[in-house]
Amino acid sequence: MSKFKKSFHIKGRDFIRAGEASINVQNLLKSMDFDSRLIRRVAICGYESEMNVVMHGGDGSLSLEVDTDKMILEISDDGPGIEDIELAMKAGYSTANDDHREMGFGAGMGLPNMKKNSDQIHIQSNTDRGTVVRMIFFLLEGGKTD
Amino acid sequence: MKLSEIVETLDATLLIGEDKLDQEITKCGASDLMSDVLAAICEGCILLTGLTTVQVIRTASVAGVGAVAFVRGKKPPPEVVEMAGIQGLPLISSPYSMFVSCGRLHACNLTGLNGQR
Repeated sequence: MSKFKKSFHIKGRDFIRAGEASINVQNLLKSMDFDSRLIRRVAICGYESEMNVVMHGGDGSLSLEVDTDKMILEISDDGPGIEDIELAMKAGYSTANDDHREMGFGAGMGLPNMKKNSDQIHIQSNTDRGTVVRMIFFLLEGGKTD
Repeated sequence: MKLSEIVETLDATLLIGEDKLDQEITKCGASDLMSDVLAAICEGCILLTGLTTVQVIRTASVAGVGAVAFVRGKKPPPEVVEMAGIQGLPLISSPYSMFVSCGRLHACNLTGLNGQR
């Protein structure tokens, strides 16, 4: 399979459009006939991180890179950053507000769910420069299944 | 059971997805917390919820949910129904509470998302 990379813009605080980038990634991978379980894992990771950007971050982007042996999903934002990444990875820890919870998010399950659904997760964050979350999904033979 | 039977069991109104009424559904999840839905394996299930926002439709699409039932007679705004139509996600609305809706479907042998009864 040939390599390709596609990026989508994420607009901070835009709760109407939140999740569009992940749905686009999901539809793109479906059109490329990848295994449905793998698509589901990638879409869930994208959606959780996209919601984090919209809720906490400023503007950002979501990019999908497909290689012969792996997919890389990278979400970056210019938001306030994560003060304590180790704490943020704990299930149940959240800095969300009531507005976020009314939409069904902000329960402190996003990052743990991203860790569960990806093969590798790397988070770089700085309270001055925002956050980059990079998730890797390894492909098995043929690049069509997980 | 078929989605059409779920509509009958919940005395529900079909909001969109007439072409999916023959779809078989064996599992049910009930939550207003979309993070819970994303954390569970809910492919092909029916999701019962009291939330009616666009995020329910996107969550359901990402998680592979088979159909969404809004409880307590809630109906989402037209743009949410339209989005579900584009995603091919059937929506129904039941007058029953979350508790009663769950009970009715449990009595019809639907299991939880992990297969438990």
